[in-house]
Amino acid sequence: MSALLSLQGVSKRFRGLVAVDGVTFDVAAGELFAIIGPNGAGKTTLFNMIAGTIAPDSGSIKFTGEGIGGMPPDAICRRGIGRTFQIVRPFPALTVEDNVVVGALLHNRNVGSARARAGELLRRLDLFDQRRRIAGTLTLPDRKRLEVARALATEPKLLLLDEVMAGLRPTESDRMVAILRTLNRDGGLTIVLIEHVMRAVMALASNILVLDHGIAIAQGRPKAIVRDPAVVQSYLGAEPV
Amino acid sequence: MVAETPTRAPARFTDRLTYLAVSLFGDVSARVIILLGVLLAGLLIAPWVINDYLLTVLIVVLYFAFTGQAWNIMMGFAGQLSLGHAIYAGLGGYIAAALFTRFGVAPWLGFLAVIPVAAACGATIGFLAFRFRVAGVYFAILTIAFAEFARIGFDHFDFVNASAGLFLPVSQYAHNDLWHLRGNPTMFYYVILTAVAFVFVLCRGLLKSRVGYCWLAIREDEQAARAVGIDSFRYKMAAVMISAVTTSFAGVFYAFFYNNLFPEQVFNISRSIEMILGPIIGGIGTLFGPILGAFVLTGLAEALNSALVALGFDLPGAKQVFYGVCLLLVVVVLPDGVWPWLARLIGVEERRR
Repeated sequence: MSALLSLQGVSKRFRGLVAVDGVTFDVAAGELFAIIGPNGAGKTTLFNMIAGTIAPDSGSIKFTGEGIGGMPPDAICRRGIGRTFQIVRPFPALTVEDNVVVGALLHNRNVGSARARAGELLRRLDLFDQRRRIAGTLTLPDRKRLEVARALATEPKLLLLDEVMAGLRPTESDRMVAILRTLNRDGGLTIVLIEHVMRAVMALASNILVLDHGIAIAQGRPKAIVRDPAVVQSYLGAEPV
Repeated sequence: MVAETPTRAPARFTDRLTYLAVSLFGDVSARVIILLGVLLAGLLIAPWVINDYLLTVLIVVLYFAFTGQAWNIMMGFAGQLSLGHAIYAGLGGYIAAALFTRFGVAPWLGFLAVIPVAAACGATIGFLAFRFRVAGVYFAILTIAFAEFARIGFDHFDFVNASAGLFLPVSQYAHNDLWHLRGNPTMFYYVILTAVAFVFVLCRGLLKSRVGYCWLAIREDEQAARAVGIDSFRYKMAAVMISAVTTSFAGVFYAFFYNNLFPEQVFNISRSIEMILGPIIGGIGTLFGPILGAFVLTGLAEALNSALVALGFDLPGAKQVFYGVCLLLVVVVLPDGVWPWLARLIGVEERRR
């Protein structure tokens, strides 16, 4: 099976700092893929390169076989990659509904049908009752779900989620896990998520990539990853000799 | 009562018209329709009720309502601050006036010639700014710079009499000539009133359409807008060009109403600032804000002026000081503008998107 998303030796340096160093991995269609790693490991930089916010210095990023490295973010979104931001950024002065309508307008030329589509997504993410509220007044968990709804409205094949569980209470993150699992299983949506909440990662991911100092130090099934000595060392430090 | 917007555009022409009407006004509450009706009726009968002086004031009010609405497309909808809108009005006025005085071309046909020039001018400024990522304050400075180029350029442009000014022939008109925009203030009043009504409907249509949503998204957060697939460059270009063309019509009106054009005046930065005060005071990004702002500012400024004259004071620049005080008050007390506050008060809030 050919990969939906394929990265080959992708690197990015900011002056002296190599943020992402020759990262290579494939995400198959229908997968739920997690990227984990300590703070500053280069996870968000990697995301930003896939989503087109920054261009990679070297390496190739292919989506459905097409090279998308260095493309502008709107062009990448139109090809079928949706994303959320680590620090949430809904359109603050717009209503919850209109935030999602903006996303839905990508594939609905008509505002009326975009609104209908937005309604469906808001129901799915438990935001329908709040649709008339101004997005800037929502609580953080609601804003996170709103970002997911807005990204889903663009009808992506691949959804990039940057720490959507961070700051959520366990019940809220369980709810999010359930939503994501449904989207993945029933909607056939491929999801790549950056996550620190290991409970969520272990519950969701079929495949995990571990980044440390910009280098992919391990990749595999969740059970294997937590026992990988390199991973344990990167999180907890080396065992004293 | 709020009617639902239909989801799909129907095929038959008459149905299409109904569809257009419903999608433009279908979700307007009864209160707003009554308010609009009363306002429009009042404005329609005004020339029979008020004297010539007040009529002239009202023309100026409507002129600023129009330009404010046009500027609002760029700033209020798409979030791009232009401080050089005088350039579009100036170009419109000069082109239409020159075509009229030199070749006898009617201003309405002249406006057809103005449209591509204003659009090209807006596109040039927009392209330079958006292509090379000149944003925010730097974008505003760029727009000022272009208006200044135009001012200096026209000051040396002999075809339009350079700094000596371009004059339109004036005489007492026995009857109104709408086609050549020659006539008495009542005719000009109805012309600008129609234009304001037109641009109001245009802005509402834009705001409720796909392009409006994309503008608001860009205004709120350009990076997030691009992440949902919006080609922000294209939409910002559209905003500048639509705003430029709309503003240029005001310039045509200005030229034929005042009958004289001086580069030093029409391209002066004060003209640009006057245009944006109305929407700032009324409420940026709202539909009624620019209209209300124009009424409040020009109305109060003229009242102040008359009061000063009646009291025997002659204070040149009192109007500018008054504008400054108004601006200060609004920024401190009602940073969203007067309209959102007033709308809450009378229960006709625009849904802020």
